[in-house]
Amino acid sequence: MNLKEWIFTTDHKRVGVLYLIGSIAAFAVAGILALLMRAELSTVGPTITANPTNYNVWLYGHGAMMILGFQIPALTGFFANYCIPLMIGAKDVAFPRVNALSVWLFYVGIILALLTFVMPDPPDVMWTGYPPYSTITTGNTAMYTFTVLILGFASIIGGVNFLTTVAYMRAPGLTWNKLNIFVWCTLGAFVLQLIFVPVLGTAVTLISLDKYLGTHFFDPTQGGDVLTYQNLFWFYSHPAVYVIFLPFIGVIYEIVATFSRNRVFNYKMVVYGGVFGVVALSGEVWVHHLYVSGMADWLRIGQMITTLMISVPVGLLVIGLVGTLYKGSISFETPMLYALGVLFLFLIGGLTGIPLAVTSLTVHLARTYYVVGHFHYVMAVAGTFAIFAGVYYWFPKVTGRMYNEFWGKVGFWITFIGTNLVFWTMMDIGVKGMPRRYYDYSHFSQFEGAHQLMTLGAVILGVGFVIAVLNWIIGAARGPKAPDNPWNSNSLEWSTVSPPPHGNWPVPPSVGADWYPYGAAKK
Amino acid sequence: MHKTTKRIPLILAGMLAATAAWAEKTASGSVIKDPAAGWDHLWREVIIDITIIGILFALMTAYFIWKYRRRPGNEVGNGPKLSAAAAVAWVVIPTFVFLSDDLYVAANGWQLWNNYREVPADRLEIQLETGMYSFDYTYPNGVRTQNELKVPAGKPVLLRMTSRDTLHNHFIPDFRVKEDSMPGRVTYLWFLPKEVGKEHVVTCASYCGVMHSYMASKIVVLAPEEFRAWYDQEGSKQGGSIKTVAENKAATASKS
Repeated sequence: MNLKEWIFTTDHKRVGVLYLIGSIAAFAVAGILALLMRAELSTVGPTITANPTNYNVWLYGHGAMMILGFQIPALTGFFANYCIPLMIGAKDVAFPRVNALSVWLFYVGIILALLTFVMPDPPDVMWTGYPPYSTITTGNTAMYTFTVLILGFASIIGGVNFLTTVAYMRAPGLTWNKLNIFVWCTLGAFVLQLIFVPVLGTAVTLISLDKYLGTHFFDPTQGGDVLTYQNLFWFYSHPAVYVIFLPFIGVIYEIVATFSRNRVFNYKMVVYGGVFGVVALSGEVWVHHLYVSGMADWLRIGQMITTLMISVPVGLLVIGLVGTLYKGSISFETPMLYALGVLFLFLIGGLTGIPLAVTSLTVHLARTYYVVGHFHYVMAVAGTFAIFAGVYYWFPKVTGRMYNEFWGKVGFWITFIGTNLVFWTMMDIGVKGMPRRYYDYSHFSQFEGAHQLMTLGAVILGVGFVIAVLNWIIGAARGPKAPDNPWNSNSLEWSTVSPPPHGNWPVPPSVGADWYPYGAAKK
Repeated sequence: MHKTTKRIPLILAGMLAATAAWAEKTASGSVIKDPAAGWDHLWREVIIDITIIGILFALMTAYFIWKYRRRPGNEVGNGPKLSAAAAVAWVVIPTFVFLSDDLYVAANGWQLWNNYREVPADRLEIQLETGMYSFDYTYPNGVRTQNELKVPAGKPVLLRMTSRDTLHNHFIPDFRVKEDSMPGRVTYLWFLPKEVGKEHVVTCASYCGVMHSYMASKIVVLAPEEFRAWYDQEGSKQGGSIKTVAENKAATASKS
C-alpha cells in the first residue's frame, strides 16, 4: 500500500476514502473558522481582530468550505462512492477513471479554497457572491468563481457516473423496488446536481465576466439587473440544500432500519412520495430566498405556497423514519445515537422553517440569526450528524476495525449539547432582531450575553467533534478487528469481507425473490 | 400520526378566538392596520402550530425508542407489512393533513402580506438613497437627513428606496419590516410609528462590504406638532443649501 497506488486508484472504495479525507480536512478548517468567528463575537466591538475584512473572509470560508468542501463531497463523494456499488452488488462504478478524475478535481477545488487564506485580497463575497458587491470589491472574486466551477464539474461527472452505475450494474434479482433507501436518495441528489449545477456555473461565471471583462449582466446603468444573479444563484442553491438533505436522510434510513432490525415503514411511500416529491418540488421554491430582495409582490406569493408544500414529501420521509422504529428491536450504538440525534435536530430545523416559508413573517425574520439558526439545525448540523453517523456505521466495513464505543457515545452527547446551546440561542436572538453577517454588534449590545453563551456552546461542540475524529483515527490504526457484519444487517455491502478487496466480491452476488435489504439478517 | 389531526380543530378554535383585531384609529381618524401588530399575531399562531406538531412527533419518537428498545423477548423487529390500501392511505392521509395546515398558514400569511404591501393613502413619503455606509433620507419638502429619520407619531411612513452602489437593506426590527435597496430599481416599505419619544434602531441587513455591521440609522418618533415645527424650521434652513449626494459621501468617509 503506497501513496502512488492511492493517487492513481480507480477503485471506487479508495476514491471514496480520498473524498472522505479531503472533506474531513475541509470540515476541520471550516470548523476552526467558525471558532474564530465565535471568538470575535464573544464581546461587542473588536475582540480578536480589529479588521472587519478578516471576519468577512472567515465567514466566506466557513460557508463555502462547509457546503462545497465538506457536506456535498462527504455525502455524494464518500458515501455514494463507497456504498452504492457495494449496495447494488457491483464490482465498481460504470466509469472508474471518470470517478478518479472527479476526486482529483475535488482536491484541486479544496486547494483553491485553502489558498484563500494565504493570498492577498482573498474573496470576501460570502458563499453567495451577490453582485454588485462581488463585482466592485477589491477581494478576488475570480477565485470564488474558479472554486465553484471546479467543484461543480466534479459533481456533474460524478452524477453521470452514478446514474449509469445504478441503472445498468445492479446484481441479478436486485430490482428497483429492492434498492436501499440510501441509493434512491443519492440518485435523487445526483439528478438535482445534473439539472441545477450548470445554472450555478453560469451565474458565477457571469459575475467574473462583469468584473474582469467589462460585461454588464448585473449592471443596471447599462441595462443589466442585479436581481438576475440572485435568481440564478438560488435556482441552484436551494436544490443544493436537497443535494445535502437527500443523501443524509438516506444514511439515517440505513442506520435506523439496521439498529431497529426492522423493515422500512412503507418503503414505496418513502421512495415515490418522499424522495420523488422532494426532487419534483425542489426547483420551484428558490424565491423564498428573495422575499426581501425587492421582487415583484405577486412573485413572492406563488413560491410561498410551493415552499410550504415541501413539508408534504419531507413529512412523509419523517413518518417513514419514525414508523421504522415502530415494533422494532432498537439498540443504541454510536451510529444509532447520531441518527436519532439527527431525527430530533431535523424536527426542530424543519418546523422552524415553516415561518420562513411565509412571505410576511420573513419580512422580519430574513437576514437575522433566526435564519442562521434554522438552516444550521435543518441542514448544517443535521447533515453533519448524519455524516458522523454514517462514518461510524460503515467504519468497520471501511477499515476492518472497530472504533471505541465509549468515546463514540461521549463525543455524541458533548456535540449534541453544544449544538443546541449554539443554535437554539441563535434562533432566539434572531427573532429579537440580531442581523446576521455582523462583525460588530454594537447596535445590539443587549445580545452580548447570548453571544457569549453561543461561543461557549461552539467550544463544547468543537470538543465533541474532535473526540469523534480522534476516535476514527485511533480506531483505524489500532482498533480491534471487526467482523464482516457487526450490525447484523441484510444489506449487500455487509455480505463481503471487511475491508472489501478490489472488485468487492470473489463471486458477484445475486439476490433471490424474497431478499430485502432491511430486517434481521437470516443466518 | 392520527394524533396530528386532532390539533387542527384546536388551532382553528384558537385562531377564531383571537381574530385579527390589530386595526387601530389614527390621528386623522382613518383606520390603519399595523403590519407589525399583525406580524406578532401571526408569529404567535404559527409558533403554536409548529410547537404542537413538534411535540407530537418528538413524544411519539421518544415513546417508540423506549417501548421498542432491544431486550430479552424483543430481539427481532416486527414492523407491519402494509396492505396496498394501507400503504396508499399512509400517503394520502398525511398529505392532506400537511397540505391543509400548509394552506391554512399560507392563507394567513398572504393576508398579512397584503397588509404589508398596501400602503395607506394618508402617509409621509420619504425617498431613501443607501450607499456605503449610510442611509440618506429626503423628505417631501427637500429636507435631507443622514442616518436619522424623524417621523410624526400615528402617521404611516413610506420609504421609496434605491441605492447608489451595492445592495443594502433598511431593517427596522421594532417595526418588523425590512427590504433591500439596490441600484436600478426602486423598492419600498412602510411602517406605523406610534410611541412618541421612542428611538427605533435601523440596521443594514444585506451584506454590503467591510463596514456592513456599522451601517445603522435610527427612527425618532416625535409628537405630530413637534414634528411639524422641526419639519418647517428645517425646511426653511436647508432650503438654500440642500446637501448633494457627493457631500453626503464625503461626510460618510470622514466619519468612518
